[in-house]
Amino acid sequence: MSDDNLVTLTDKQKKARRSRNIAIGLALAALVIIFYLATIAKFGPAILDRPL
Amino acid sequence: MALVHNRFEDQTFRMSEATAGDFFALLKPRVMSLVVFTAFVGMVAAPVTINPFLAVVAILAIAIGAGASGALNMWYDADIDAVMTRTVNRPVPSGKVTPHEALTFGLVLSVLSVMTLGVLVNWLSAALLAFTIFFYAVVYTMWLKRWTPQNIVIGGAAGALPPMIGWAAVTGAISFESVVLFLITFLWTPPHFWALALFKSQDYERAGIPMMPNVAGEASTRRQIFAYSLLLAPVGVAPWLLGYTTIGYGVVSLALGIGFVWYAWKVLRMSDSDRVMKPAKALFGYSLLYLFVIFAAYLADSVIERVFALGGA
Repeated sequence: MSDDNLVTLTDKQKKARRSRNIAIGLALAALVIIFYLATIAKFGPAILDRPL
Repeated sequence: MALVHNRFEDQTFRMSEATAGDFFALLKPRVMSLVVFTAFVGMVAAPVTINPFLAVVAILAIAIGAGASGALNMWYDADIDAVMTRTVNRPVPSGKVTPHEALTFGLVLSVLSVMTLGVLVNWLSAALLAFTIFFYAVVYTMWLKRWTPQNIVIGGAAGALPPMIGWAAVTGAISFESVVLFLITFLWTPPHFWALALFKSQDYERAGIPMMPNVAGEASTRRQIFAYSLLLAPVGVAPWLLGYTTIGYGVVSLALGIGFVWYAWKVLRMSDSDRVMKPAKALFGYSLLYLFVIFAAYLADSVIERVFALGGA
């Protein structure tokens, strides 16, 4: 595909996309941490003390 | 004829220039802060406690759920937001966020917040949160707002539910005490919004929203504001009268209630020819202070009572 068929983002669009990407990344990381800690909080520390 | 439509050649298509801040604005942060605060009071006032981390998760989920309903509201109301001075700079009417983006954002956050609250805290509070989002986005925004001058009276239920959600998150139940907290915000909503509608009536007229001053007239609205303030004042004191709080809260809520009736009285006495409407603006400002201080007093009372209970144990 030639470059003519691609959309060239303006600086403003690139900056906005970067801002959205960072926010989504932080939100996903926060969700992972929240669910990890909440699982421990719900089940208690005993969840770590089990036969493997 | 091209078999595949190239959407980049579509003149109406444009790459998004919306920043994370624009999406955050869709959540109505100021409304969200009030929701977080009243939900937190509901959690602290509850007679039992939950794991502090789960309490933080509950508050976060309630905040995101409230924000999601705000995004759905901004998606649906973009046409009327565009003609009102108060809302013209919101992300959708100002063109920063497309309606489709706002809708998707609101739906995703609605599902995420309800599921998180249900899985990690309990399903009663999650069901209440789902009902709140539905009530605000569908019943109020899509139906009541453009149909009846009672829009904010009935729709006020959505804004009044967060303390009940907070209470349910901790106890897993609904009690009369949490219903009283609901009633305070529910009865506060009409005088608060009608005071605003009095001095912004031209905005609402232009947008075609049937607010009380535009439908029943300013004199009738002033009388109704006063009537609701007479109902609100005793309900504000009710937690003390019913024995839920100490006299400290009773004194603060009584003083606040008398103040509310006084400001509403000034609005009632406002002249028909008054276009500056200082009394209505003063009531609007005072109503914000009223709700914040009355919930802060309830919070302080609950905390102090708990500290004394620990000291006595």
